[in-house]
Amino acid sequence: MSSVSNTGTDKEWPLWEVFVRSKAGLDHKHCGSLHAADAKMAIQMAREVYTRRQEGTSIWVVLSNQIVASDPGEKGMYFDPMEDKVYRHPTFYELPDAINHM
Amino acid sequence: MSQASVQVGSSPQVQYLLRIGDSCLILAQRLGEWCGHAPILEEDLALANMALDLLGQARALLTHAARLDGQGHDEDQLAFLREERQYLNPVLMELPRGDFAFTQVRNFAVATWLLLLWRRLQSSTDPDVAAIAAKAVKESAYHQQHAADWLVRLGDGTAESTARMVEALAQLWPLFNELFDADAVDAAAVVQGLGPSWAELEPEWTAHLNEVLADAGLAHPKASAYVSAGRRGVHSEHMGHLLAEMQYLQRAYPGGKW
Repeated sequence: MSSVSNTGTDKEWPLWEVFVRSKAGLDHKHCGSLHAADAKMAIQMAREVYTRRQEGTSIWVVLSNQIVASDPGEKGMYFDPMEDKVYRHPTFYELPDAINHM
Repeated sequence: MSQASVQVGSSPQVQYLLRIGDSCLILAQRLGEWCGHAPILEEDLALANMALDLLGQARALLTHAARLDGQGHDEDQLAFLREERQYLNPVLMELPRGDFAFTQVRNFAVATWLLLLWRRLQSSTDPDVAAIAAKAVKESAYHQQHAADWLVRLGDGTAESTARMVEALAQLWPLFNELFDADAVDAAAVVQGLGPSWAELEPEWTAHLNEVLADAGLAHPKASAYVSAGRRGVHSEHMGHLLAEMQYLQRAYPGGKW
């Protein structure tokens, strides 16, 4: 595994965000963050801290500074218009039982 | 007031299993000493996790050895009421934890040795041993990888970390011999199909170590002819202190339920 470039100072290990998919889960969920020197160490440490080594678990780590977040100040503009417009939501269909996990 | 000690029988079968179980137990005790003292929080958890794995392996083997011994002892009595001379772990496991480099070199050596041992024990003629091995083999594989990464990081790190690795290797090197010193107990285990002679593990163990040392840019220390004899109950001066601390409560309050 190649090491991701360390963007912090030499003394500070960079912060990583950890995403874990549990055995029966469908998607990776953000479960926390940790400091590690490189990606390989981040994976190992995430396993120690967040998974208790359950088999069938998948872990993603990503440098925190690689994540771009939406601006909380613009929450209204981004999300509010959906709230009172039920016709925008596909909630009027009866799903067949065969379709799981929607 | 103190609790009387217990003794185990001298059957090679029991001795063979205790040598492995005691190795796991004593290294677990040493790793437990790191709790709250590791260089980083995450490694603190990693060392504790590995100590717990080893303790679990020790419990399974000691319970099984006690049953085979047939004197009605249990895992707690074997752990807390045996004296130093009745403990059969190689001296390697009982040495004080030292610095972080020392701990990781020892962890790598022991994890690799256990991994090779568990792999073979999975086909032991003793179904209990085979089952214990099947569970433990995955744990040791992780321990080995975790320690190997640290060996490379530290060996190929700063001048300080490299120097500490060289020092740790020099201190530990002579103690590795005992891991592969075959004797009558091994021979009996082979005949019974209980498990391999430890000597059989050496070439593969050495290959693993050489690979990691090469990655870490570290040289072998000089070979040593010294062979410690912890497996026959002859321990270093550190063992008595370790047991005094580990066994204190059970000795002081005999038969206490916990």
